[in-house]
Parts: sequence; C-alpha cells; structure tokens
Amino acid sequence: MQSETKSYAEQATTPAGTPVTVLRFAGDIASTSREAVLGLYQAQPKQGPVLLDFTKVDYINSSGIALMIQMLIEASGVGQRVAVFGLSAHFTKVFTMVGITKYATLAATEAEALAAL
Amino acid sequence: MSDPKPTRVEVRLPSRLGYEKVAMSTAAAVAKLMGFADDRIEDLKTAVAEACINAIEHGNRLNENLSVGVILSSEANALEVKVIDGGKGMTGQPKKPDIDRKMRGEEPARGLGMFLMQALVDEAEWVASDDGGGSYVRLVIRLDKAA
Repeated sequence: MQSETKSYAEQATTPAGTPVTVLRFAGDIASTSREAVLGLYQAQPKQGPVLLDFTKVDYINSSGIALMIQMLIEASGVGQRVAVFGLSAHFTKVFTMVGITKYATLAATEAEALAAL
Repeated sequence: MSDPKPTRVEVRLPSRLGYEKVAMSTAAAVAKLMGFADDRIEDLKTAVAEACINAIEHGNRLNENLSVGVILSSEANALEVKVIDGGKGMTGQPKKPDIDRKMRGEEPARGLGMFLMQALVDEAEWVASDDGGGSYVRLVIRLDKAA
C-alpha cells in the first residue's frame, strides 16, 4: 500500500555558476524511503550545495521528515548548504513548524532555490 | 456542501504501514462534506496519518492480527477522530521537537508524530488503557478555527 519513493540526482548550476547537486523525489517519503533519500544523497559528491525537489512528492510523514533531518545532519557535517523547493503550502508549514528552515532554505521554485544557494 | 447532522463513520485498518492513507482519505472526505477549508483538511490528514502510524507501529507493534480502529464523529462545528489500538497507550503531553538538539545528535531525528498531531488540530488527547486493550488518541478539529 505504501507507494515507493522514486528518486534520482542531476547536476545544475546557480546563477553565479556554482555547481549544485539536485535530488529529485517522487511518490511517498516515509519510513521505507531510506535508500531513496539517504542512500541517494550519500552516493553523491559532497562538493557544492544540494537542492531537494519535492514537486512530485504526494505524501510525507514524520518518518520521512526524520530522513530529511538525517540528511541535513550529514550535509551540515560536511559544510554543504541545502535548499528545498516544490513543497505544498501544507508541507512548507510543517517543515517550518519542525524547524527545518533553520538548516535548509525553502523556496517555491527551482529558480528561486538555485538563486538562494 | 456542508452536512450539519451528527454523523459517525468507522474504519478498521490492518496494522500495516501505508494503510494510514485509508484513514486520511476517509477523514478528508468527511471534513470536506462538513465544509472545512482545504488547508484545514490537509492539517487533519497529517494528524490522522500520524495517529494511525503510531497505532500501527507502537500500539499494535506491526502485528497484522490486530487492527486499528478509526472513529470519525461529526457535530455541527467540529469533527472528532478517535484512533484506537491494542497497546497500553501513553500519558502526558508530547515535547516540542528541538531541531538544534536533533542536528547535534542529542535527540533522535524521529519522534515528530505526536508533536505534529498536537500542532495541527485544535485538541489532541492521549488516553491510556489500564488493561492494554483499547488505548486511543482523540483529535478534534473545529470548523470556526482559522488555519
């Protein structure tokens, strides 16, 4: 019943020309998403900032948010900046309530997120 | 299209992760019929999902022989959702998560569900069972409450 998380990585650049790793997610982000979320992040080079695309994510629960926090802990440990875009208004509110905005920039669009990095 | 007549809807879920979505959809449909705004329905869906996940994981310990009961009771201006499991339940109130402590590894990254329930609905109450057979969380969302 829990739908799988699809994810893949791409490279992009900020308007200033800084290389950025973009992790794109689709489907559900829940307790079963560890490999699709943390595994994908851990497989990427740790130079430059990371951008997380939630545009095609249908459902995030507290276990999924915990995976995001674990990713933020790892990114913080290697000095990587993190930005997020494509969250619904509801999950923007939830991420803000939990305090994720202290450690990741939330943006409405990919262009805004890249400009913020 | 609001429905002012008191109504009771019951759903039984298997103790299998993912089935919380059945309760989410049912709660959303009832709230829509009552005339709740879309943003409040999203709040309710997340709170109900977290209540069901706790019931499946912690109350029933993922034992698929046990079910999770979800009872939705609507009044003119409020919707109450009870999520019942076979565990002993909990008492007290959830602590607000401290993102700084989580980032420093001083508290687990998990443990957000109860906080979200409490933060997203107008009332959240945990009722423990003395004999371990019918603990529940009771959530209430009111129609006149702005998001």
